[in-house]
Amino acid sequence: MFKNLFRIIFTLLFFVLLAGAAVAAPPIKIGALFSVSGPASFLGEPERNTAQMMVEQINKAGGIKGRKLELIVYDTQADATKAVQAVNRLIKDDKVVAIIGPSTTGDSMAVIPVVEKAEIPLISCAAGIKITEPVKKWIFKTAQNDVLAVARIYQYMKEQKISKVAILTVSDGFGSSGREQLVLQSKDFGIEIISDETYGPADKDMTVQLTKIRGSAAQAIICWGTNPGPAIVARNAKQLGIKTPLYMSHGVSSKRFIELAGDGSEGIILPSGRVIVADQLPNADPQKKALLSYVNGYRKQYKVEGDHFGGHAWDAIMLLKRAIERGGDSPAAIRDELEKTKDFAGIGGTFNYSEQDHAGLTKDAFVLVQINQGDWKLIK
Amino acid sequence: MTKEKRQILIFLIFALALLITPFFLQGSYYLNVLVFIGIHTMLAVALNLLLGYAGQISLGHAAFFGLGAYISGILTTRFSLDPWLVIVLAAVCAATIAFVIGFPILKLKGHYLAMATLGFGIIIYIIFNETVSWTGGPSGLSGIPSLHIGSWIFDNDLYNYYLIWIITLAVMLLSINLSQSRIGRALRAIHDSEVAARVMGINARVLKVQIFTVSAFISAIAGSLYAHTMTFIAPASFGFNFSVELVTMVVVGGLGSIYGSFLGAAILTILPEFLRFFHDFDIIIYGLLLIIINMFMPGGLISGLQSLAEIAAAKMKGKTRGDA
Amino acid sequence: MLGGMLTFFFLVIFGLPLAPSIILAILISTIVGITFERLAIRPLKNAKPIRLIIITIGASIFMRGAAMLIWGKDTHALPAFSGNDPLYIAQATILPQHLWIFAITILIIIASRLFFNHSIIGKAMRACAYNAQVASLVGIDVKIMVMLSFAVSAAIGSMAGIIIAPLTMTSYDVGIMLGLKGFCAVIIGGMSSGLGTVLGGLLLGLLEALGAGFISASYKDAIAFIILLLILFFRPEGLFKKKETERV
Repeated sequence: MFKNLFRIIFTLLFFVLLAGAAVAAPPIKIGALFSVSGPASFLGEPERNTAQMMVEQINKAGGIKGRKLELIVYDTQADATKAVQAVNRLIKDDKVVAIIGPSTTGDSMAVIPVVEKAEIPLISCAAGIKITEPVKKWIFKTAQNDVLAVARIYQYMKEQKISKVAILTVSDGFGSSGREQLVLQSKDFGIEIISDETYGPADKDMTVQLTKIRGSAAQAIICWGTNPGPAIVARNAKQLGIKTPLYMSHGVSSKRFIELAGDGSEGIILPSGRVIVADQLPNADPQKKALLSYVNGYRKQYKVEGDHFGGHAWDAIMLLKRAIERGGDSPAAIRDELEKTKDFAGIGGTFNYSEQDHAGLTKDAFVLVQINQGDWKLIK
Repeated sequence: MTKEKRQILIFLIFALALLITPFFLQGSYYLNVLVFIGIHTMLAVALNLLLGYAGQISLGHAAFFGLGAYISGILTTRFSLDPWLVIVLAAVCAATIAFVIGFPILKLKGHYLAMATLGFGIIIYIIFNETVSWTGGPSGLSGIPSLHIGSWIFDNDLYNYYLIWIITLAVMLLSINLSQSRIGRALRAIHDSEVAARVMGINARVLKVQIFTVSAFISAIAGSLYAHTMTFIAPASFGFNFSVELVTMVVVGGLGSIYGSFLGAAILTILPEFLRFFHDFDIIIYGLLLIIINMFMPGGLISGLQSLAEIAAAKMKGKTRGDA
Repeated sequence: MLGGMLTFFFLVIFGLPLAPSIILAILISTIVGITFERLAIRPLKNAKPIRLIIITIGASIFMRGAAMLIWGKDTHALPAFSGNDPLYIAQATILPQHLWIFAITILIIIASRLFFNHSIIGKAMRACAYNAQVASLVGIDVKIMVMLSFAVSAAIGSMAGIIIAPLTMTSYDVGIMLGLKGFCAVIIGGMSSGLGTVLGGLLLGLLEALGAGFISASYKDAIAFIILLLILFFRPEGLFKKKETERV
């Protein structure tokens, strides 16, 4: 009698273990395309680090429904050709169920036709509005649109009664998209652009453009670019003794910018994701918990400050995790569940995807910060 | 077997091998890599005509590649012209530009020539970047249609593979013929000593410009095909770095060898895939490769292979003789 | 590039004071220059220029890659030699660093002029540039001269990188455009003419700034290279040099 019971329990246990082993066996493969080297490495590197950190954390906590995640990262070097090769490899060789990245708008546009044909969901970490407008069935993104950043700056300027501005944009994907929006939205806010200058991504001296702007009646200068260009602009402006207030884009919202620009950064205002001012946020802020966990985790693992570029990858992984938890791991199910995402408070903002909106953020995703004594200060 | 017959045979074997390759790679990602190898081979062959045969360096060849891609991209997306017509148009356009700048540029030698071609490349690159209303600027031009014959659309790797490789093989055949014609011999004479070539009555100047034009023509075709297979182009693919990569392909493969160009293109296209394991080391390895091959194997890998084959053949012969 | 990054390296990583960091950086760049000549250029002394060019490109790619690995991809800011507060002279503002650049450039020009025209080694180097075979016939050790010229140019190049770094910051990929512009200046001024090179550099900078002001700043680099092409087409011997007849 006793012996029989023991035998039954033993057999049951055996089957449970077997079943458990079978479930745990194949990991869920997720592809990632980041520009880890090349001109956009300032985006790709924190993104890759963040994604790897997140996958480690998820796996340590038991994976998704008992299944581990496997992250396969390829470097696009911000080169469209390499991006297309890498995405083909992810889809055909590695057979991933979803892809996060690429880091830049150009790379994203290059891989979109391939991904759409293969019907694999992709969550881009690039900001360009073209990526999700018009809405493409398989394409989502986590980075805030330039549209929202521009709107945030203009709104503030309107409150400050600034009506004449000079813009100085970098001639790369980020800058030209920003410039387009700056020009487009200026009328809506009653702002006049009286000087429209550009500089090259590798330029080392912007005094010529700033001298031209100095001669105009601009009440504020908006500079749109990513490091190191804007840092040089900030230094040059100080060297030329320009007192006009300087505004920057969210492209420089990392501590690096303050280090590079030195004293020149003092007083500069820029829109940014909340990540750089996480500890200054009121406790009621829905994003605060996610932000603090990301900032602390990143600092612990990589010994440097996490920035909002890495945050794009954080959001992408978390969105995927939630979608897989709800709908399983087939590409189609992940896509459908992604589209149903509601009120997900991540790093970039609070995401609400829908059939008409695959970008998911509003202009509340940005806060304005001012640089004050070498640190960020939230403008309330 | 005569030399000529042997060459035809080698080419046929080469072509056949390439044409049956897809059957072993069904659905694999490597088919896609091979499509890019085809495009790169075309470019390397084009540059090799100039660099390997005529001995004239060009650090701006990515510009012609880009011109082909952008002319195709712009005319098909904004004016919905027929893609095939545009390919020819783009090639003629690039060739004309090459012809016009060829006379003053190819008068220069050595470092001056390198700088001038590099300058040309950078100017074209800046134009791609800055004429946003035409080229879409730095974030690229998307929505370029795939090529099609009737209702047959070249929109997957297999079709693209055959499209690209049939054209590439044609280009290779043409180049092999060219290099063995009177023109090829004259070009090699220029390479060895321009003065001596001129003394022998070769119009070196015109010949150099002609080969430059042909080279640009082929590069532009490669560019157009690239645009139509990728359906997206961005200026970053046509910058100084790519020009250097092309030179590397030719040098690694072997100056003055058409098959060498294929080898170089293949290696440099596949190499990054393997170098991924080394993460950020790939740029260092590129640099080292360029230095080492140049120092120790001036004939490139293909000549290394040839001498290896010769040694092997000699050994075999020796062996059979010894046995007998 | 190497100069700036190395200075940063010693300054920040080792916490050395500015002056020794700079000296060490120049020394190391010079050693790198000599090593490159010794390992890659000398074995090929009779090669065609095409191969030398390709090797030089390979070497610069290699060094950039090494710098990227060692120091990372970030841009680094170097402190200015003496403060960052602009001086006001009439309407113009000028930084102390600008004065440093002027002073050091003028010093280098004077030094190189003295060196090439009045010292035995300098004269020997010019002789090698003119005709290496004849130079070796009169007892000049061409090998050593070539090595010396690499050392000198590496040292001056790294000096340039260092003095400009506080203004432009430094990173592993800063060198290309500056190097190319340097070559432009040399060609505009005419090869092996010290003063001509300086005038060439000034003219290039001036035209670039004017072009940027009147046409568009985004075409600044294009303007520089168009000037380069025009000069190569019409006056390949440089603007400030007497024409030499080439005999074959």
